[in-house]
Amino acid sequence: MRKVYADTVVIGGGAAGLAAAIKLKDLSVNKVILVDDRERLGGILPQCIHTGFGVHYSKRDLTGPEFAEELSSFVLDRGVDVFLNSYALELRYVDYYEKSVIVASRKGLIDVRTRTVIVATGARERTVYEIGIFGDRPAGVYTAGMVQALMDLYGVMPGKEVVIVGSGDVGLIVARRLAMQGATVKAVIEVKPWPGGLIRNIVQCLEDFGIPLLLSHAVRRIVGHERVERVIVTKVDDKLSPIPNTEFEIKCDTVVIAAGLKPEVQLLERAGALIDPVTGGPVVNEYLETSLPGVFVAGNALVINDLVDTVAEQGETAAEGAVLFMNDKLIAKYYLRVICGSNVRFIVPQVLMGLKEEITLYGRVIMPMRRAVIRIPELMLSMQQAMITPAEIFKVNISERKISKVVKLHKLTINVLESR
Amino acid sequence: MIIIGAGVIGASIARVLSKYENLEIHLVEMEPDAGWGASRANTAIIHGGYDDDPQKYPMRARLCVRGAKLWRRWVRELDIPANFSGILVLAFTEEEIEELHKLRERGLKNGVPGLRILQDRDVLQTLEPNLNDNVRAALWAPVGGVINSIEAVIALVENAVDNGVMTHFNTRVLSVKTSCSEVVGVETSRGFIEADVVINAAGLYADEISKSAGADEFTIRPRIGEYYIFDEDAGPKVTRVLFPVPTPVTKGVAVIKTTEGNLMIGPTARDLSPSEKEEWGTSEKGLEVVWKEARRLVKALPPLNKAIKTFAGLRPEPPHGDFILKSYEEPYGFINAAGMRSPGLTSAPAVAYEVVRIMKEELGIELEEKHQWNPFRRGIKRFSKATNRERAELIQEDPDYGVIVCKHRLVTKAEVIEAMKRIRSIGAEITVRGIKYRTWAGMGRCQGAFCILQLIRLIAEFEGIALWSVKLTKRGSEVGIGDIYTLV
Amino acid sequence: MIEVKKLTCIVCPVGCKIEVMLDNNRIIEIKGNMCLRGAEYAKSEVLNPVRPFFAVIKVKNGELPVVSVKSNKPIPKECIRKMIKELSRVKLKAPIKAGEVVVKRLECLDVDLIATRTIEERSSHLSSKP
Repeated sequence: MRKVYADTVVIGGGAAGLAAAIKLKDLSVNKVILVDDRERLGGILPQCIHTGFGVHYSKRDLTGPEFAEELSSFVLDRGVDVFLNSYALELRYVDYYEKSVIVASRKGLIDVRTRTVIVATGARERTVYEIGIFGDRPAGVYTAGMVQALMDLYGVMPGKEVVIVGSGDVGLIVARRLAMQGATVKAVIEVKPWPGGLIRNIVQCLEDFGIPLLLSHAVRRIVGHERVERVIVTKVDDKLSPIPNTEFEIKCDTVVIAAGLKPEVQLLERAGALIDPVTGGPVVNEYLETSLPGVFVAGNALVINDLVDTVAEQGETAAEGAVLFMNDKLIAKYYLRVICGSNVRFIVPQVLMGLKEEITLYGRVIMPMRRAVIRIPELMLSMQQAMITPAEIFKVNISERKISKVVKLHKLTINVLESR
Repeated sequence: MIIIGAGVIGASIARVLSKYENLEIHLVEMEPDAGWGASRANTAIIHGGYDDDPQKYPMRARLCVRGAKLWRRWVRELDIPANFSGILVLAFTEEEIEELHKLRERGLKNGVPGLRILQDRDVLQTLEPNLNDNVRAALWAPVGGVINSIEAVIALVENAVDNGVMTHFNTRVLSVKTSCSEVVGVETSRGFIEADVVINAAGLYADEISKSAGADEFTIRPRIGEYYIFDEDAGPKVTRVLFPVPTPVTKGVAVIKTTEGNLMIGPTARDLSPSEKEEWGTSEKGLEVVWKEARRLVKALPPLNKAIKTFAGLRPEPPHGDFILKSYEEPYGFINAAGMRSPGLTSAPAVAYEVVRIMKEELGIELEEKHQWNPFRRGIKRFSKATNRERAELIQEDPDYGVIVCKHRLVTKAEVIEAMKRIRSIGAEITVRGIKYRTWAGMGRCQGAFCILQLIRLIAEFEGIALWSVKLTKRGSEVGIGDIYTLV
Repeated sequence: MIEVKKLTCIVCPVGCKIEVMLDNNRIIEIKGNMCLRGAEYAKSEVLNPVRPFFAVIKVKNGELPVVSVKSNKPIPKECIRKMIKELSRVKLKAPIKAGEVVVKRLECLDVDLIATRTIEERSSHLSSKP
């Protein structure tokens, strides 16, 4: 197999990978190879035709395709080696200083030998099977991402009477597009008692178009032969179990599954990286380095993000980490666990090693809270937030100096509490 | 002559009959492609042959054993993925151990080789590391295993067409026409097809066909079986095919590893009414039973959240439990190959030869073997199953082998294009499902969320049709309802 | 005539439920907001609700069948439906460059639509006709 050498290989050319590649070049890394399996760079961005991208990164409010094109041009201008239509089949940890990435493309198989790797492979959508919907499997059942691509990349109208399962932002945004193009969106069905997406999207996607949001409801069955004919919906209790005798039908020809994303970590898993069962992504330190030294991760492959600015930020952090690694400056001082306390579903990074002066923790709460306080008892740190919801990742910035003082406690517990 | 139904039975008959001279064979199928009936959603097991009581079900008993033997040659000739890993029927109590002995005796009577009762825990553990600790004994049937049942049907049809069989897809047989008590042909949704011999392999709808011919009147009941399939990376898996001790109604919920390497558990067995032949939906209760029953057989199943798909299959259940495989004095020329419930898939090759015997001995038709008959068919070369060296060679021959379309099952553009060509070559209609069945694209953990769009694009370009009109399965299952301004 | 309009504020995650009392389309009172930014938002939402507009337009002979577009400034909320109707009649020709104004002064609204994606001309790479 042909061997090619690099300093860093970035796997994935979406927002995270592009931001990482740009940063690597800005930090003067010599040979950077970016591998992406699509025909063009941008990952999922080209199908997100709404604005809200690049607000921090580019200081402009761009649409997804524009942000993708901007990042792509930065990448190409800086002399990153871009391999398109190329798929990373395997990642192998050879030793501390060398990783092997086997890449397949029309030219054949290449074994890329590299000092560091940044995995930015994004996420996949949860399927209709993973959310416990029974019944038939007719045409007309799509994930939200598929609908978005069908409409806004390929100009196809998926259906005319739609039920959307899940009220996360992706589902809300797709609901709006469907309604704009003349479909009747009969309902957005959300199993939790609160919406999964941002208020802005509830207003601009649902309220603007008169689309009902059914909280504490679940779709139980899909009925239809060749095409969806209707769904059976029930109310659920606070344990999210169906309440008997509350079933009703909604007639529709399309069911959009917008039930969340899962990090695409096949490469890392098979290479032996430690995976966090809660996030679905790898366990990382403050430079987003996985348990495989020199292998970093950023973006939705690490944890499911909401804002592309955070994704780009993670790409840059990973790039900085990779550069320090290559200069032998990524040396652990300690090993501190970050624990999820009250009302915290996950925190990333899960491990702190005293590598970085200013650390950013990303987390998500389980339930919404008003007048919330983020409390880290070991640091005696308290931060107020007027409102904290599962729809938005919260960030906590801490200085390493503070942490190094409490290293003997071996952990930091992040709690989110309602202040009295 | 006409064969109604291109499932595993009809396709096997077509292949075997294609060996003979001077037969104009028409394989008629109501769906756009082959194998979309019971053949596409079953446990895909090559059974041992000890389940069928030769007294009560003589056809099943005889043809299952013979079929299992024939498949060994057929999978090699037709390049069908198969794994003859052997079957373990598990006993947990004294009564069940007695049952095992009965099964073994029956198997011996039916001519099944290699059957043994195993009670040594170490031996059992070595054969199957994921065996439940409560298993006391097992019947070991080394002849059994798993096959890729849908690829089997496709391979059979490709081989039959290669040997001169004509196909008619999207063609529904409305009735069998007779005149003076002899078969003259079939009336279909696309016109009349002439024939002296009509073989009814119409699966779930065989009763309607038989009735229209004025032959036996019987009712086929759909029997639904539900399944879970797990992620290819999820374990623990199993090495052998595991079954519980069978009941008079069903062989029970099995735990298997498919030829593609996924753990699969199922099926249940629930009879539906004859009017429910289109009801292929899963149910909460059914899946609960599958899980509970499968759990008993193994040390551990993967966690439920590693299940990537649930599905149900319908089997055509005959009224008295045995195959309806015979010819009639009136109407002369009509042969029923119906009620092919379990072990229908295993028996298929033997059913085909039985049809030949019926034609020769009961219908008095003289059959002469062709000089040139091609027994071989190669499947599509799969990138996912190749070594890295083989992959490099594939890409060199065809650069489209370097373009990954389905990342979870590593299916390349070259395979998708080859699948489309092959669908055309057997006269079928190109659908997303047809490509899925031939390449395994979209059968991984994301169930096609990424790649279905690429398949749709490739089909649209290949066929020169609009993207929205690409069919997922049959008519009415188009991807969209029009272009994006259709409703505006 | 006095009327009360209710709306959800989107300025921050709290999502205050704000009530605006109007008398002949003049605002008399705003209540339910936790901050001044909310009051500002409520005012503009009630008097002149606008939204950023983005959609796709059909493209002939392009590598993709549609091009994504955005309006150069927000448009009144009620005009969205009409805009879409207008766009259903438009078909652009490839190639199109991102940033290009593809539709000028749509619907006498003094709004331009700008392409947000570059679409090259289609090159066929699959020969297939039987």
